[in-house]
Amino acid sequence: MNSIIPTPIARQPWGVLIPLFLLVSFGAAVLYSAAGGSFQPFASSHLIRFAIFLIVAGLMALFPRDVAKFFAYPGYLAVLVLLMAVEAVGAMGGGSQRWLEVGPIRLQPSELMKPAVVLALAKFYSELPVGMVGTWRSLVPAGVIIALPVGLVLMQPDLGTSLAIIFGGVLVMFLAGLPMRWFMGGAAAGLVVIPLAYFFALKPYQQQRVTTFMDPESDPLGTGYHFSQSKIAIGSGGLTGKGFNEGSQSHLNYLPEPHTDFVFATMAEEWGLLGGIFVLVMFGLILAWGLRVARQARHRFDRLLGAGLVGTMFFYIAINLLMVMGLAPVVGIPLPFMSHGGSSMMTNMICLGGLLMINRWNRLRTGDGIA
Amino acid sequence: MPLGFPRMPVSTTLLQNRFNRRSFAIGSVGGGIGMLLAARMGYIAIAENEKYATESESNRVNLTLIPPRRGWILDRNGAPLASNRADFRVDIIPERMVEPEATLVRLGGLLDLDPNRLRDLQDEVAQSRGWAPIEVASGLDYEQFASVSLRLPDMPGVVPQRGFSRFYPTGPAVGHLLGYVGPASAEEYDEDRNPLLITPGYKIGKDGLEKQFEQNLRGKHGARRVEVTASGRIVRDLDTRPDVQGNPVKLTIDGPLQDYAARRIGLESGSVVVVDCDTGDLLCMASMPSFDPNSFSEGIGSVEYAMLREDERVPLRNKVLKGLYPPGSTIKPMHCMAFLQAGIDPNEKIICGGGRRIGNRFFNCWSNHGVVDMAKAIYQSCDSYFYHFSQQIGFGPIAQMAETTGLGQEFPLPVTSQFYGTVPNPTWKEKKYGEPWRSFDTVNSSIGQGYYLVNPLQLAVMSARLATGKNLMPRLRLDKNAPAPASLGFSPEHIEHVRQAMSDVVNGPGTAGRARLPLDDIKMAGKTGTAQVVSLSVSDGRSGPWKYRDHGLFVFFAPLDKPKYAGAVVIEHGGGSGAAYPIARDVMTFLFDPAKGLEALKTLEEQWGGTAQQRLSRKYAAYAAERGAQVEPAPRRDEDIFDRVDAEARLAAQQSEALAEEASTSRNESTRGPETDRGAQ
Repeated sequence: MNSIIPTPIARQPWGVLIPLFLLVSFGAAVLYSAAGGSFQPFASSHLIRFAIFLIVAGLMALFPRDVAKFFAYPGYLAVLVLLMAVEAVGAMGGGSQRWLEVGPIRLQPSELMKPAVVLALAKFYSELPVGMVGTWRSLVPAGVIIALPVGLVLMQPDLGTSLAIIFGGVLVMFLAGLPMRWFMGGAAAGLVVIPLAYFFALKPYQQQRVTTFMDPESDPLGTGYHFSQSKIAIGSGGLTGKGFNEGSQSHLNYLPEPHTDFVFATMAEEWGLLGGIFVLVMFGLILAWGLRVARQARHRFDRLLGAGLVGTMFFYIAINLLMVMGLAPVVGIPLPFMSHGGSSMMTNMICLGGLLMINRWNRLRTGDGIA
Repeated sequence: MPLGFPRMPVSTTLLQNRFNRRSFAIGSVGGGIGMLLAARMGYIAIAENEKYATESESNRVNLTLIPPRRGWILDRNGAPLASNRADFRVDIIPERMVEPEATLVRLGGLLDLDPNRLRDLQDEVAQSRGWAPIEVASGLDYEQFASVSLRLPDMPGVVPQRGFSRFYPTGPAVGHLLGYVGPASAEEYDEDRNPLLITPGYKIGKDGLEKQFEQNLRGKHGARRVEVTASGRIVRDLDTRPDVQGNPVKLTIDGPLQDYAARRIGLESGSVVVVDCDTGDLLCMASMPSFDPNSFSEGIGSVEYAMLREDERVPLRNKVLKGLYPPGSTIKPMHCMAFLQAGIDPNEKIICGGGRRIGNRFFNCWSNHGVVDMAKAIYQSCDSYFYHFSQQIGFGPIAQMAETTGLGQEFPLPVTSQFYGTVPNPTWKEKKYGEPWRSFDTVNSSIGQGYYLVNPLQLAVMSARLATGKNLMPRLRLDKNAPAPASLGFSPEHIEHVRQAMSDVVNGPGTAGRARLPLDDIKMAGKTGTAQVVSLSVSDGRSGPWKYRDHGLFVFFAPLDKPKYAGAVVIEHGGGSGAAYPIARDVMTFLFDPAKGLEALKTLEEQWGGTAQQRLSRKYAAYAAERGAQVEPAPRRDEDIFDRVDAEARLAAQQSEALAEEASTSRNESTRGPETDRGAQ
């Protein structure tokens, strides 16, 4: 260990913290530009939220495994109750809504549900007797754990978050070692169900987003507008971009939501391909670190939880980037650590906090000398 | 119950292996997606960079065309008859509007539009082809302009801008002469897909000289590159190329004279033409009542159109070129010239006796003139004399003289169209009606009735050619280097004789004593004419419904000894020549002594209730208040309006041909008739 740097600092997992700080700072710079060259209103609150949730993540990292396990089911149930409350408030208010007002804070329970489902499933599979993996007992309770929140979230309706919850949950099931043929069967069933869902379950505006994704030119001023303007922003950036604060697409409002869902396009316009590669590498470092933490974990609970949290973050990043580059429909998912918005910051920092926590558990074990 | 039979017993190790394998697979898939994203981004940003950079630039930069300022139309002394006025204007582009109805109502409130205008606009928007801009208002003050500009983000499709609009300082006085300007029609845009044509504020000549000189007056457009936001708000100017103004067109028209003549026509419906006797320059071509070309440039409002159309004084017809009238006695000096050329001795006398027997019919003269020679036949306008001598020499030489002096001729003028009327002769009648020419026709034609039809411009040219003996061609465009007109070959004595007789009409014992100029040293010569409109069985031509009254005509030139100006005045349904020559007198007075002329006009205008422009706007306000909500919309194409006006003018001209089959009733040419002061009423 390098003696120049004090041990408490050197002990921190800098492999993830440095990319994270770089990414958040870069995000703040992009938001500064998106606000027309001003810290208000985006960049400053972005940094403040990050600071707050970094403390939250730091505290989470201190939880012992037993505490985490203990709170898995109650936490899941509590979030489920909040989701029902959202539905109830929405029904009373005569319209759909996604959040609860708690004083000055707008709480979006569906966001909390993403890590909560992963945590509950990790606990479920870690405690499921090994012999039952491959029986209906391993499938049905997990299915219920996933289906309940997904149903509630779909009623809001919020397709993007529902998919995120399903993705996180199914990923945990997959890694828990459930038979491969189930997933094959599920995928086959999905191929049948998805067209049906498109015609019967999606709202017209959601249907339109999908058709526009297939053929963006069909509606250049409507839904396709998002696509084409996002691609124009990224494409016009070239290799090195138009320069900080020089993006015309974002500054002249051609780019929709330049500070939330399309923050990557805002960035790419001003920083070009180099900025894009930088962001991709930083995300790659964070996710790779997270996956490494999960794979290094010795306990089944740790592994499943860690991998599920990494998967949840990955889903955000991948869907958002696929969307801004015109490879996925516009679903309204922000980019972690860069987009302005408290809910996404909270979810991703909770995921990160969980991974830090597992990382600490891993290190305790090495400290114990059980390597 | 197990769902399936595991092939091998599940153990912790197996699950651990599965986790390792599957998590590795997932990591690989994730890494693959990362590579895919990087490749995709590289493709968009590098390979397609050029395309997207262009699109981004075309998003950001908006090229607006600056409509060129039209060239001015100047009178012979360089004073503007049509100029441009800097103003604020608001247009709408229907296809860019989200809620056209609501936006229009809102604009109406902001700009204080009257309900009729608003209704016209709604019709226009409903019929529009979308991309063509529609003018909402021009000549706005800065506050109105600013109030619209401020609310632009809520009103897409509304285009406020600073620009220039056409301005005609004398309004209705030049309406028929200059025409007006307006936005290009959909048909014009289909022919020429020039984006300038659908640029808000760009106008082209629609009628009259504005249309004829379009290529000359049209300048070169400028352009402005601006940076705009997605909602169309202009962030900043990038660069501007100024427009090049069109070339001016200098006319032969004398602006003040044109205005004076138009105003002097007053409440009557008629026209005044004045020609320069040295060059043929047209100094004045006034046709009243008229429309105000200033208000037509916003598009012809349905209320205004209905008012003009219903007016029996046909304000939409250019009466100088498209008013055809039987010339009546005004052609008598010209016929005398034909007699003189045919060798008739001017001192040869006949006895009038109140008429003349030709063949087995007796044709009336309007009075019993006793012994009549050529001079008396002119100044007393004796019909019998013309019945007699036209029978003697035949109508052929007379018709030839009429054509020589300009009747029945189409002049090479830059006008959209002119009706050239009829000089009847035997061949013409044979061809048109398949009937032989009869002595009856000679009688009618000899006093300017029958099939004879002329327009006021031809009468003025006839007067100028008779007075000078020169083949003057009327001109509208000033040209200092034009060759001097050739002689018509009349002998000086003959010219002198006709001149003297015409002088006696005014200054001697003639029919228009009241036409004498109130000037000591300048004498005007002229000839009265009264043209019958309907059969005597319908009206006596002097009283009764306005449209059955006789037309009043007067041809003139001055000064007597060395003619400088010649002209014609025609007052439709004036009830006789007494309606025409006081106008000629005042117009000539104005030419020689403007102060004196204006004084006379001022008194008259006080009686009439203001200048032509003031009366027109008052009339419009009253009409709009009374009929506003019930009118039919104006035809969408200006051409439809022109066609309708022309068709009605032809119909009106044919009315007098119907009379040709009956013996014309001679009209009282006396100055003492009850209607002689009509012009001053």
